[in-house]
Amino acid sequence: MSDVLPRDQVESALRGHNADYVEVRLDDTSSSRLVYRGRELEEIGRTRSFGGNVRALVNGGWGFVSFNNPAGLKGRVAEAVSQARHVGAGKSDLARVEPVVDVVPLHIVNDPRGVPLAAKKGVLDRYNETMLSVDGVTSTNIVYWDGHKRVVFASSEGSYIEQERIDVVSRLAATARRNGDMQQCSHSLGSLGDFAYIQELGGTAREIAERAVELLNAPYAKPGTYTVVLDPILAGVFCHEAFGHLSEADHVYENDRLKEIMVLGRRFGQQHLNIVDGAAVPDLRGSFKYDDEGTPATKADLIRDGVLVGRLHSRETAARMGEKPTGNARALDYRFPPIVRMTNTYIESGDTSFEDLIADVAEGVYCKNWFGGTTSMEMFTFSAGEAYMIRNGKIAELVRPVKLTGNLFTTLMNIDALGNDMDFNQGGGCGKMGQMPLPVSNGSPHIRIRECVVGER
Amino acid sequence: MRSDPDSILSAARASGASQAEVYAVQTEETPVRFEANRLKEISARHTSGVAVRVILDGRIGFASSTRPGDVEDLVQAAMETAPFGPEAHLDFPADAAVPEVAVFDAATEALSADSMIATGQSLIDGARSVEPELLCDVSVRRAVTTATISNSNGGHFTYSGTSLMAWLHGTLVRGTDMLFVGDGDASCSTVLDLDEITRSVSRQIEHSRRTAEVRTAELPVIFTPIGVAEALVAPLTLAFSGRMVYQGQSPLGGRLGEEVYDTRFSVAEDATVPGRVASRPFDDEGVPSRRNPLVKNGAVQRFLYDLQTAGLAGAQSTGSAERSLATQPAISPTSILIEPGETTFEQMVAGVREGLIIEELMGAGQGNVMGGDFSGNVLLGYKIENGEIVGRVKDAIVAGNVHEALSRLAAIGSEARWVGGTIHTPPLWFERLTVSARA
Repeated sequence: MSDVLPRDQVESALRGHNADYVEVRLDDTSSSRLVYRGRELEEIGRTRSFGGNVRALVNGGWGFVSFNNPAGLKGRVAEAVSQARHVGAGKSDLARVEPVVDVVPLHIVNDPRGVPLAAKKGVLDRYNETMLSVDGVTSTNIVYWDGHKRVVFASSEGSYIEQERIDVVSRLAATARRNGDMQQCSHSLGSLGDFAYIQELGGTAREIAERAVELLNAPYAKPGTYTVVLDPILAGVFCHEAFGHLSEADHVYENDRLKEIMVLGRRFGQQHLNIVDGAAVPDLRGSFKYDDEGTPATKADLIRDGVLVGRLHSRETAARMGEKPTGNARALDYRFPPIVRMTNTYIESGDTSFEDLIADVAEGVYCKNWFGGTTSMEMFTFSAGEAYMIRNGKIAELVRPVKLTGNLFTTLMNIDALGNDMDFNQGGGCGKMGQMPLPVSNGSPHIRIRECVVGER
Repeated sequence: MRSDPDSILSAARASGASQAEVYAVQTEETPVRFEANRLKEISARHTSGVAVRVILDGRIGFASSTRPGDVEDLVQAAMETAPFGPEAHLDFPADAAVPEVAVFDAATEALSADSMIATGQSLIDGARSVEPELLCDVSVRRAVTTATISNSNGGHFTYSGTSLMAWLHGTLVRGTDMLFVGDGDASCSTVLDLDEITRSVSRQIEHSRRTAEVRTAELPVIFTPIGVAEALVAPLTLAFSGRMVYQGQSPLGGRLGEEVYDTRFSVAEDATVPGRVASRPFDDEGVPSRRNPLVKNGAVQRFLYDLQTAGLAGAQSTGSAERSLATQPAISPTSILIEPGETTFEQMVAGVREGLIIEELMGAGQGNVMGGDFSGNVLLGYKIENGEIVGRVKDAIVAGNVHEALSRLAAIGSEARWVGGTIHTPPLWFERLTVSARA
């Protein structure tokens, strides 16, 4: 980073601005990307990106300027301050955080930067061949991406933080087609700095290819209301969509009616339900030491014993609500200001075995893996990648992928059993206000939900 | 080393590339954002970057950078990826005449932050005059983009475009009941239909004053223009991607000319509509823009191609290449225009005994989109009973397959409008779709 904008230049630009608060963030990323569609390697390329931004606060109003050209940083600061002054019509309010000067070392297990492009392609070629060799598979799609990112954060309060991270992300998908009917099965995974994850997918590639073909013969589930059991991957997505977003304080802090609903102490689930978010949980894709406002990462209890006990904050939302900052202000990259985001969000394990979870379900749906999920706060939907009927306490026939929907307030209450097999899924990216995909992880044990609406497709 | 396109092209040729292409883009963006009815933030984004494609020994290499003065590294990175890259089935286009498409407006470029703030404030005032308790988030964004494509075959293409976008999202919370309303417009000029946004949001609020129950059943469903744009257009147009067709992943593969849809249904993709934000004189590879009919009277007319896919499939590029700086060109539709029919919205509603109107389906883009499936939770929708809108519907999933559904249309609306400035569509009335409800 120092080759583009050295520390003394950044710190000098932060002086003498006459604003309530100013910060500078610089972001230098190098990445590799490979995309396959069927037998074609559609894309292979390298990207180098440098960019930065200035964010300023004056009288409660924000100004934000992003740029690729590092020249004239002082001018960018002046531009952001003047924008903020134009907006400001009240009082600036930021929760107090101790200024920090720190250089955070890179967390690497197996560095993808040390793997030649030819070797990366070799690994993916093998998975592509495996999927295409399964009878009935007509096409495949593989996306692989790794990126090394170094971020410098400096503020007018005296913070100067350098952090680095490496992300490795991959998605394998197989498509089977018969006449006009097409079915797809996929698997996404990610890791913080460990290429080894990518090297262990041979079995997964075969499984998803075979599943896509099987789905052509599978019936649709009859739409309706069922008892559903979610595997840890899908339950993690559920936790993220159904509850996580509502715990982001920026939705709440200016909305008096939502504040009443999200009042600390309100019961959201049964006694056994505990939900946590925290970047301080180590070595996951949502892990970091400082957020993009320089606030140290924490581990925040959101629901404890079924009761709302906390929420996710930036410095501004924490100050406005009179609560403590949690280190959840994150920006996708230099083009965006930090907003309140999740990090590693999980439901803690319970004590029920998988057999016991399904034992007394006469007719239900066992849902695994995910296509996606979204929320409107009150209502959420998420799509299972794989689904089976449960009949008389046993896993029965494969059905086509289903969509689950529900009302947050009733559905969390309807979780009546938690498995003893907590696991993290790191393959997802979260989207909010145009900032997507932000690296996060979701975790959960198997969970059982009574009376969940299941739609076909 | 200098970073102008010619230096990059010479550096690539000197390194042994048989063809090379430089794509440079510069964007100045000014978003103004209101949160909870109040002005919150003014921003400026100054973006610039360069991407290079080379063809070396018949294979495509690619690299991009937003670091100024990175030319040598950039060419070298592109050359390094080429040996592993896909076989090239394209020639970068030589200089050619491109159509005049009106996408630049000097008044938009000069628009002040204060007038953008005034636009946002008037949207908030309009919506709150209908419902004073509505909390509005509004964004008004102006952008000026200059794109330049130069290649070693003598092709040199450049243009500048302006855009102005305004969008309102309103939230109304009553107990644990939440209502989300919203609409917006976008254009290359300062002319936005703010009155239509206000009328549309007012209708959404009025129709939602009461709630209604819905049962699990096959029911007639009317999609409003917003509903069509948000839930149906993506799964529909994906099937027209020449790449999906070539890879055997489109349900329309091998069906050119076939009457797949209702004979009243026609749709075109068009990058030449004056003043629309998806319009441009040429695509992101320098191929001239044109109007591409996709469906005429129910029959499949054409698939969309970029240069590489056209080369693979033995077709011609349709000017449909789109790229971001960090990725290679891929096929993507520009403006989508669905031809209006003859039935008014009022007539549609009057013709339904029991059914739904859909404004927004949440999560409609998940699931088997490639196959044309769509399904989502009714985020904003209304119940029709005996020809009248009786209230808002919640806790229900509407699902179907867009290709099947468009072959069983009850009627096509006569009143088309732009949604988000990129999709021009009337309401569509489907005979029956699967509705799953809690009841």
